[in-house]
Amino acid sequence: MSKLSTDRLWSLAFILPSILLVGIFIYGFISWTGYVSLSNWHSLIPDYSFSGLSNYAQLFKDFRFQADIRNTLFFTILFIAAVAFIGQLLAVLIDQHIRAESLFRNIFLFPMALSFVVTGVVWQWLLNPSTGVNLLLEKFGISPMWYVSTNVLAGFPVGKIEFGVPVALIAVIIAAVWQMTGFSLAMYLAGLRGIPEELKEAARMDGASEATIYFKIIMPQLRAITMSVIIIMAHISLKIFDLIYAMTGPGANFVTDVPALYMFEKTFRANDYAGGAAISILLLVSVAIFIIPYLLMNRRED
Amino acid sequence: MSKRITRPLIYIILIAFSLFYLMPVYVLIVTSLKPFDQVSLATMWELPKTLDFSSYATAFSKLAPNIMNSFYLVIPATLLSALLGSLNGYVLSKWKFKGSELVFTAILFGMFIPYQSILIPLILTLRNMGLYNSILGLIFTHVIYGLPITTLMFRNFYASIPDSMIESAKIDGANFIKIYGKIMVPLSISGFVVVAIWQFTNIWNEFLFAVSLTQSDQQPVMVALQNLAGSQVVEWNVQMAGALLAALPTLLVYILLGKFFVRGLLAGSVKG
Repeated sequence: MSKLSTDRLWSLAFILPSILLVGIFIYGFISWTGYVSLSNWHSLIPDYSFSGLSNYAQLFKDFRFQADIRNTLFFTILFIAAVAFIGQLLAVLIDQHIRAESLFRNIFLFPMALSFVVTGVVWQWLLNPSTGVNLLLEKFGISPMWYVSTNVLAGFPVGKIEFGVPVALIAVIIAAVWQMTGFSLAMYLAGLRGIPEELKEAARMDGASEATIYFKIIMPQLRAITMSVIIIMAHISLKIFDLIYAMTGPGANFVTDVPALYMFEKTFRANDYAGGAAISILLLVSVAIFIIPYLLMNRRED
Repeated sequence: MSKRITRPLIYIILIAFSLFYLMPVYVLIVTSLKPFDQVSLATMWELPKTLDFSSYATAFSKLAPNIMNSFYLVIPATLLSALLGSLNGYVLSKWKFKGSELVFTAILFGMFIPYQSILIPLILTLRNMGLYNSILGLIFTHVIYGLPITTLMFRNFYASIPDSMIESAKIDGANFIKIYGKIMVPLSISGFVVVAIWQFTNIWNEFLFAVSLTQSDQQPVMVALQNLAGSQVVEWNVQMAGALLAALPTLLVYILLGKFFVRGLLAGSVKG
């Protein structure tokens, strides 16, 4: 009995440092940031005097932050839809016992091993308005300005901004989808491989067409995976920073700006620490809305 | 749907998507092999007239110190976070205590937070510790914020090792450390490979910490690559060569050990 308790002590001793580190560097620091966001710290010199919610109120009146909310909203929706749809399509096709299966899989997966910075640099060149893809598209009579465009599609005024999909943002979404589709492809492939062959075979014996099998058997089985893909992609897109930093920056009229980038510039370029902290807390809350229910759901299944 | 129509259709769609996915690679390689005066907006899609590796020489001379910085950062950070993750995973799967599930969930949440929300305190703290603007500080940072993902991966991995093995080892008189060294580690070699590859790739590619916590001569390669574009005339050929050089280590890892990379990718989606 005494031996067991020594082991018990050892186990606690080994995990304690990690618990302390996470406690301090994640939860402690988040609280600290929250505290800064309620302060008057607007220069290089720390000023922790209490200012209430004024930094938050300021943000929602801010043209740039309003643009950020619009951009994040459309970026997230379009990005998730494209990644989930293309990933599932490619996974279903690759799963048809085709030739060169692993070659195709690797072509779609390799961008996942790259840095968003590399992706940003390359796509900045590819979607350069006077070159790149446009040279091909011009032959069809279209020449979008891509990421230098300040157009807002289907725009109407809301607050200080024009609400709609900025054309420039589409360029960034294309690059992000190029990079991240591999993730949903891998998830869906794993899901498809998990569906027992007998299930599909039995349906075929009953005379079901391939389309029926897809919609009645495969799709429902993939629902949990679609859920995971949506949540994981949502938190990536809400946090997106490197890609935009490397590819376009905030853009004219902030057409490609996002909160993560605004936080960085507000804090480290303008030295408005309280304002930057407020943005990062809002960012954290938006991520938590997706992630906390997901985590609790996932953990309960264990 | 007859098989005769669908088969070719499957290949047509897959090949079309493949072309789209390979397009950036083609343009990157073609551009990087042209001398600067041939890099024009109009000839972007054309093959180079002669192979010219000078942009690689230029990019390499500019990025080499930062590539070394990245190696000094990534190797110790990867090893340390794999070690800590495996210990945490071991305790949280085989030595559960009251509240250990709650602790695990609380650690996991750290995986998803936007790091902007801890950045200001982190910089102040690193300054106080004398670790700001140093590779050591970056190692420290990546080890801490890598804890959630490495703990998750190892915990899921160890959950598949039957408890009965631990029990019988205990009856044979093995203690906490001996069980870890003699049973858990040998059985989780592939787990270590998955975690190491995942951390290697992520830390190599990471940008926010790198750009916020280091300056000039301490910067990892991704920041230096981004800075290449900073000059007035963007030398696209050098940019592209630099992008390829910076991406090469993680690309090689993917090519050689892709299977483990994909396992890491799937493990990151929480469910184990």
